Amino acid sequence: MGALLSRDLRLAMRAGGGFGLGLAFFLLLAVLVPLGVGPEGGTLGRIAPGILWVGALLACLLSLDRIFALDFEDGSLDLLATSPMPLEAVVAVKALAHWMVTGVPLTLVAPVLGVLLNLPVEGYGWLVLSLALGTPALSVIGAFGAALVVGVKRGGLLLSLLVLPLYVPTLIFGAEVVKRGAAGLEVAVPLLLLAGITLAAGALLPFAAAAAIRINLR
Amino acid sequence: MMPDLGKYAFAVLSSYAASLLLLVALVGWTMWRGARVKAQLREVEARQERENG
Amino acid sequence: MSIWEYANPKRFMQTSAWVLPWVAVLALACLVAGLIWGFFFTPDDFRQGSTVKIIYLHVPSAMMAINAWVMMLVTSLIWLVRRHHVSALAAKAAAPIGLTFTVIALVTGAFWGQPMWGTWWAWDPRLTSFLILTLFYLGYIALWQAVENPDTAADLTAVLCLVGSVFALLSRYAVLFWNQGLHQGASLSLDKEENVADVFWLPLLVCIAGFVLLFVALVLMRTRTEIRARRLQALLARERLA
Repeated sequence: MGALLSRDLRLAMRAGGGFGLGLAFFLLLAVLVPLGVGPEGGTLGRIAPGILWVGALLACLLSLDRIFALDFEDGSLDLLATSPMPLEAVVAVKALAHWMVTGVPLTLVAPVLGVLLNLPVEGYGWLVLSLALGTPALSVIGAFGAALVVGVKRGGLLLSLLVLPLYVPTLIFGAEVVKRGAAGLEVAVPLLLLAGITLAAGALLPFAAAAAIRINLR
Repeated sequence: MMPDLGKYAFAVLSSYAASLLLLVALVGWTMWRGARVKAQLREVEARQERENG
Repeated sequence: MSIWEYANPKRFMQTSAWVLPWVAVLALACLVAGLIWGFFFTPDDFRQGSTVKIIYLHVPSAMMAINAWVMMLVTSLIWLVRRHHVSALAAKAAAPIGLTFTVIALVTGAFWGQPMWGTWWAWDPRLTSFLILTLFYLGYIALWQAVENPDTAADLTAVLCLVGSVFALLSRYAVLFWNQGLHQGASLSLDKEENVADVFWLPLLVCIAGFVLLFVALVLMRTRTEIRARRLQALLARERLA
C-alpha cells in the first residue's frame, strides 16, 4: 500500500503529471473573478467563499481522469486488480494520493487567494478547515467517477457530467461553513455534515468504485 | 368555448404548448425509433433466413 | 407462476404486445379527458387566477420525473442482483422519459413562476433539486451512450444509479438546508386540510393517472425497441463472423 502511494505521488510530481495544473487554475480563477466582478463595494468579500469553493472543486476535477486512465492504458490496472491487495484498497490509496497532490495544496494556498478576494478576516480559519475536511470527499467521489469512465475513450467531459452533480452536497456544505464563518455565525451544523459526507464517502465509495473497475476490466 | 384566461393567458397557453410539444416529440421519437428498429430487424432476419435457408 | 417469468425477453415481448395497446389508449384517454377538463371546465383560483390550470401539467410531470428515477433504481437493482436483461433495458428506456418529464416540470414551473413570483427562475430548494435531477438524468443517459459493450454499460449505469440516488437524496436535504424557499407545501397530502379544493383535485387526479399510464406505455414501447435492437446487434454480429 505504501509502495503504491509513493509510486502514485512520484508519478504525479513528475513533469506532465498535472500536479501544478490544478493550483495554477485555482490561482487564475482567483485573479480573473475580481477582474470580471469589479472591485467596488463588498461584493467580492461576499462571494469569496463560494468562488473559492467552486474554484477548488473545478481544480480538483481537472486531474480526476488521471486517477485510473493512465494505469488502464498501460495495463498496470490489470496487475493491480489481480494483485493480492483488494481493489477497494487500491481505489482508496489512489484517491488518497489524488487528495495529497490536489486537495492539500489547494487547502494551503486558499488563504492567500482569500486575500485577493477580500475574504473577511473571520473566514480564513473556516476556509482552511472546510477545505481540509471537504476536499477528501471530492477526491473519493471523483475516483468513483473516474472508475466509471475508465474504459471510455476521451471520457473527460463525460466524467465532469457524472461527477459534478455528485459534488453538489459537498459544495453546499463547504461553502456554507465559510459563508457563516465569515459572517460570524454558528458553523457547527454544516461543518459536521461536511465531515459526515467525507467520512461516509471515504468508507463506502471505494467499494462502488472497485465494482465499477471490475466491470470495466471484464 | 375558449375560457377567459385573463392577464395570465400567455403563461397558461405557453405552458400547455411547451408541454404538449415535448410530450409529442417524446412519443413521436419513441414510435419512430421503434418502427425503424423493427423494420431493420425484420429485414436482417429475412435475409439470414434466406441465406441459411 | 412467478413474476420473474416476465424477465424472459420472449415472454416479455408477448405479454407487452398484448398489454401495450390497452395502456396506450387508456393513457391517451386520461390525458385528453384530464387536460380538457382542467383547461376548459375548471374555475380560476381566487389568488392565482387562470395560472392554476398549469398544475394539471406541472404536478403530474414532477411526480413522474421522480417516480421514473425510482423505477430506474428498482430495475437497476434487479439487474445487478438477478441479471435479467429486460430489467436493465427497462431502466435504459425510462431515462429519456424521466428527463422529458423533468424538463416539462421545470418549464411549466417557470411559466407559472413568472407571473406569480415575478421571476422565471428562483433558487428555491425544489427548483434547484429538479435542476440537479436533470443533471443526474443527463449523466445517466450519457454513460449509456458512451460505453460500447451493452452488458458493461448496463452494469456501470446501474452502479451510477445506485450511488446517484444516495447523492440525489443528500442534495435534496443539502439544498433545503441552503435555502428555505418559496414553494407551497405538498398540494396532494392526504391531510384534507391542506388539500387543494375538489374542483381542481379531480381533474388533477385524472391527469396524474394519464401521466402514469403514459409513462408505462412509453417504457413498454421503448423496452420492446431496446430488446429488438439488442437482437438486431446480435444477428449482425453473427453475420460478420460467418
